[in-house]
Amino acid sequence: MNIDVLKEYAPAYFSAAGLTVRIALIGIAGSFLVGLLCSLIRYYKIPGLRQIAGVYIELSRNTPLLIQLFFLYFGLPKIGILLSSETCAITGLIFLGGSYMAEAFRSGLEAVPNIQIESALSLGLTKGQVIGYILLPQAVSVSIPAFAANVIFLIKETSVFSAVALADLMYTAKSFIGMSYNTDEALFMLVLSYLGILLPISVIFTIIERKLRYAGFGN
Amino acid sequence: MQDLGIRVLFEGKNLIRLLEGLWVTIEISLLSVLISMILGIVLGMIMTVKNPLVKAVTRLYLEFVRIMPQLVLLFLVYFGMTRAFHVNLSGEVSAVIVFSIWGTAEMGDLVRSALISIPAHQYESGRALGLTEGQIYRYIVIPQTIRRLVPLAINLATRMIKTTSLIALIGVIEVVKVGQQIIEASRLSVPSAALWIYGVIFFLYFIICYPVAKLAARLEKAWNTV
Amino acid sequence: MSKKEEILTINHIKKDYGSLEVIKDISLTVGKGEVVVVVGPSGCGKSTLLRCINGLETIQGGEISLKGEIISGRQKDMHLVRQKIGMVFQSYDLFPHKNILDNITLGPVKAQHRKKEEAEEEAEKLLVRVGLLDKKDAYPRQLSGGQKQRVAIVRALCMHPEVMLFDEVTAALDPEMVREVLDVMLELAREGSTMIIVTHEMQFARAIADRIIFLDKGEVVEEGTPEEFFENPKTERARKFLNVFEFDTVKGVEDKK
Repeated sequence: MNIDVLKEYAPAYFSAAGLTVRIALIGIAGSFLVGLLCSLIRYYKIPGLRQIAGVYIELSRNTPLLIQLFFLYFGLPKIGILLSSETCAITGLIFLGGSYMAEAFRSGLEAVPNIQIESALSLGLTKGQVIGYILLPQAVSVSIPAFAANVIFLIKETSVFSAVALADLMYTAKSFIGMSYNTDEALFMLVLSYLGILLPISVIFTIIERKLRYAGFGN
Repeated sequence: MQDLGIRVLFEGKNLIRLLEGLWVTIEISLLSVLISMILGIVLGMIMTVKNPLVKAVTRLYLEFVRIMPQLVLLFLVYFGMTRAFHVNLSGEVSAVIVFSIWGTAEMGDLVRSALISIPAHQYESGRALGLTEGQIYRYIVIPQTIRRLVPLAINLATRMIKTTSLIALIGVIEVVKVGQQIIEASRLSVPSAALWIYGVIFFLYFIICYPVAKLAARLEKAWNTV
Repeated sequence: MSKKEEILTINHIKKDYGSLEVIKDISLTVGKGEVVVVVGPSGCGKSTLLRCINGLETIQGGEISLKGEIISGRQKDMHLVRQKIGMVFQSYDLFPHKNILDNITLGPVKAQHRKKEEAEEEAEKLLVRVGLLDKKDAYPRQLSGGQKQRVAIVRALCMHPEVMLFDEVTAALDPEMVREVLDVMLELAREGSTMIIVTHEMQFARAIADRIIFLDKGEVVEEGTPEEFFENPKTERARKFLNVFEFDTVKGVEDKK
């Protein structure tokens, strides 16, 4: 392995990692909102919307992100919907992540006993206040391990974005391999970049989960 | 409505070719799943060993494989192995190797947690009944472990099937790649082919994964009483 | 009985779950400052009655009014009604993610839009009364069952309700903690709170009640002062119900010998 080559490659990887992180953040935030919405729709069994959310969740969970992206990037333009690489990537990630986040929320919502809702209602809180002050805070704290797993999963999934011509880490590695045949260096930097992004996140989540486990609520 | 792009499916042998491509996907998935299940069970049992060195090594393997995107692992094997060991691996072989390495790690962790989740008093009550250690495993521990494990293992299998789509990116001719070829070939005759072909592939994956995922969910529910 | 201001009027209400009739026909009037204790065998509909009053269950017939205003069958603004009705549940149900003070002030601040400082000041005063001021920053998991139930009572009180509903508030407690909760309720009764209490504690019922309502199979079977009800039950069903308790005491005594 050649140190000079590594040094030469570093800036390209650095900016690609920035792109990966940025898109992952937007996608994860979007997934969180979609997931929250879907899980509340299903929790309150809102007719009509509930069936739509159910179909969406099954479609999203049982198909690969790569195919979802190809459909968005190559398929949709044929009916006049032209999305940029970045929009495709973010849309795809939200489409995929929304269902995973919805499942995470669902397990949290189911863990909140009904009597908690009733005692909040009997204090005269409105339905919205009950959701905001009682239901969600308790549900979210139960769901944190699932959220953490989803966040890491979604960041990993961003690695397929190169397939829709987004200049992310994989794209950078592939072009260096193709251009210069410095395969070892290109792959080394690739692994290093993903470790640099994912390892700290994984460690932080482990610490948070451990703390939560010791400070469990209990009534 | 523009042209009926869906006819691209029925032109020539397009549908058959797509299904053949799908079969390649399934073959690679099934082979990797099979290898992962077998090696994963072994790994899971090794991981319950108390030896700190064994623990550290297996842990490191597990964490590395899990934290790396599968596509990165594919690149490492497909591009990296060739240079490191001077063997030229085909895309298919690389895929099976990578998915087995990854699947074994995931399966190993499932087996490990299923094994340690059997409470100590289960062993003790077995002993109290006068069963031998072998009988305790055969009649008490293994049946309970399997009930916990099977739904999770099926879920893992659907994840592996979905992940197989990545191998199109290292040039394996499977369903996505065949789809791309069809789109390319009918670029002039059916301009909207991409929409239809990717739509069909999307549903092909769904048709395979959905029933399997439902089965896992059902088993989990049915066996949750353990 | 002296004619007091009517707080709560229940007029021929009915409640069923499909074919299961839980409340057949119940009418009841509660005056200001009155303590009504509802007793009856399990499944007689006494808890459901409280849940109907608070709008946690919808009723299929009749109506309920609070200070002359009909509160049953409403779709909107039920939360405004519930602000005037305090309810304490069997399983205390403090909010586990909030400390004691926040548990108490949540309703006054968020539902009634009162000032936080003012609500906290009142909450602290009430906590002093139930002897739990030192727990105000603790979380529910750090309290015993009896302490939690006292906080739950304070939480309901702090809303200044017109009427307080108690749904078997001591049923989930260890015996040695029952007393501390009942004492708080006795004091409230003495101060003139309007209360409807569902309980299995017969001695307590006798001590606290202005009026006893005996429910069986979804209807009021007997109604009277504690003396009338416990000394001279008028109906066969009430006698049978009270005998169950008698028998238990006798048997308990004999076991000890």
